[in-house]
Amino acid sequence: MSTTVTAPARRVAPIGEALLALLGIAAVILAAWAVPWLKFVLTVALAKGIAVLGILLLLRAGQVSFGHSMFLAIGAYTVAFLAPALPEALLLLPLGAAIAGLFGLVIGLFVVRYRDIFFGMLNLALSMVLYSLLEKLYDLTKGTDGIRVSGLRFAGMTPDLPTQEWVTFGLALGLALLFGLLVRAYLGSPMGQALAGIKTRETRLEFMGVSARRVLLSAYVMSAAMGGIAGTLVAMTSRHVTPQLAYWTSSGELVFIAILGGAGSALGPFLGATAFELVRVYAAAAVADAWQMILGAVLLLVILFAPGGLWGILAGRLGRRR
Amino acid sequence: MSGQPLLSARGLRLAFGGVKAADGIDLDVMPGEFLAIIGPNGAGKTTFINMTTGYLKPQGGSIAYDGEPILGLSPRAIVRRGIGRSFQLPQLFTEHTVLENAALAIAARSGLWSPLVPLLRPAWREEAMAVLERFGLAPLAEARADALNEGARKLADIAMAVALQPRLILMDEPTSGVAAAEKMGVVETLVRVLREAKVTAVFVEHDMEVVERFADRVAVWNQGRIAALGPPQQVLNDPAVQRDVIGIEPAHHA
Repeated sequence: MSTTVTAPARRVAPIGEALLALLGIAAVILAAWAVPWLKFVLTVALAKGIAVLGILLLLRAGQVSFGHSMFLAIGAYTVAFLAPALPEALLLLPLGAAIAGLFGLVIGLFVVRYRDIFFGMLNLALSMVLYSLLEKLYDLTKGTDGIRVSGLRFAGMTPDLPTQEWVTFGLALGLALLFGLLVRAYLGSPMGQALAGIKTRETRLEFMGVSARRVLLSAYVMSAAMGGIAGTLVAMTSRHVTPQLAYWTSSGELVFIAILGGAGSALGPFLGATAFELVRVYAAAAVADAWQMILGAVLLLVILFAPGGLWGILAGRLGRRR
Repeated sequence: MSGQPLLSARGLRLAFGGVKAADGIDLDVMPGEFLAIIGPNGAGKTTFINMTTGYLKPQGGSIAYDGEPILGLSPRAIVRRGIGRSFQLPQLFTEHTVLENAALAIAARSGLWSPLVPLLRPAWREEAMAVLERFGLAPLAEARADALNEGARKLADIAMAVALQPRLILMDEPTSGVAAAEKMGVVETLVRVLREAKVTAVFVEHDMEVVERFADRVAVWNQGRIAALGPPQQVLNDPAVQRDVIGIEPAHHA
């Protein structure tokens, strides 16, 4: 699977990518302004896009993590646990990222020793351990009831709810842009390029004096931190944190979005996440019983006919027009 | 070619089950020399390279590089000390271009650790192009590594090892699989580059013409032992070597 999924799509000039990104930002802001209830959906989509950026890093190395939403959950529960004592959102965001990154380092030291199905399943197993803990330690986590998040402050202020929605949306958009640029630079750097080397010729990396495990570990820690950021944003948006965030279906969703959006560009995860959340919202409203079937059909079509994902389709069009 | 050996192996022993791949190997490689290793398949030639580069651990003996013991070090640590290696089956990053392959090797010298600067930054692009030019690979710089023919692949594989600026390079059958018409060109190129860069070379070779023309010394491997060692004219004309080693190989056309 990884070979088709990560096959780089036709290369698009940086200027084209920048224009598309600006266009995307404008479209998202316009949609959030024109249809107020979409703000929530789009904020969650942007947050998940940041988490999927992390999945994309691992995909470059040919590795798929089926447990990555555990880092999302860690970020979200960081907010849930700390908000009563420390309600400042601008502190909770970096804290969520740092704590998830720390977990990523510890878990990463273990999982980067494995490849392919073992890597994927180990991540899944660890995420399910976290899920069970969150579910069973009722005194601490309130189990499946979850924890409500309230009284958040932003730079010391407590804005009314509509303003707060705009602020969270703005934060998500800004962070999406920041991490998109970071991941883009990282993938073009020797460390990022060596990720693809893990997929094609890991032994050569060792015989260049480079530790393949360390290359994968730095990508893993980055992806964990981005999962953490995504989790804090989701917690601030939904204001309700449940163990479901760590469940394996949530991780599967992130992989789904990565394939849907395409791994050829840092824009892919955001294309995928926006499309996914919009299809979910509208399909769930229109055909409540069949929307998961619709998502399944979409994924099938993408894998069969557009292995580069939505980004691949866009890149193909741009390439042809030039 | 005198003084302290660059690489010095003493009493190396390694058996796979009942097969003795190394049965008391003593070998000194002198700075600047080209040492060819010949011998029948299964004699332990590749095993010697694998032990020297840290890929296999011998059951006994010692290896010193530049006067210091290197046995027990990881392949990574050994590479960083200045021992390069190329492979019988070239190990290139197949999704990258030839230029990117060379640039990755150059970046690896500083541990790849510059997470936000592009791989093809001007300094590295220039150096990578310079390496490729020396190997005559510059016209193929933008080709994907998996699109090359075997001769170019072999050269690119060695170019990556050379980009790491080793003092010693171990090459496992640098001409195997290369079309006969290309073969001498490939060898001439790599010998010229290695001599220019003052890299000492140990290479496993099956073609006696290549050995005769390019090796300073020949070591004959047989059943995990060094059966003969000396200048090519002397060793290749040794009746015992001709009977035991070259006799098995049809490649001799003197």
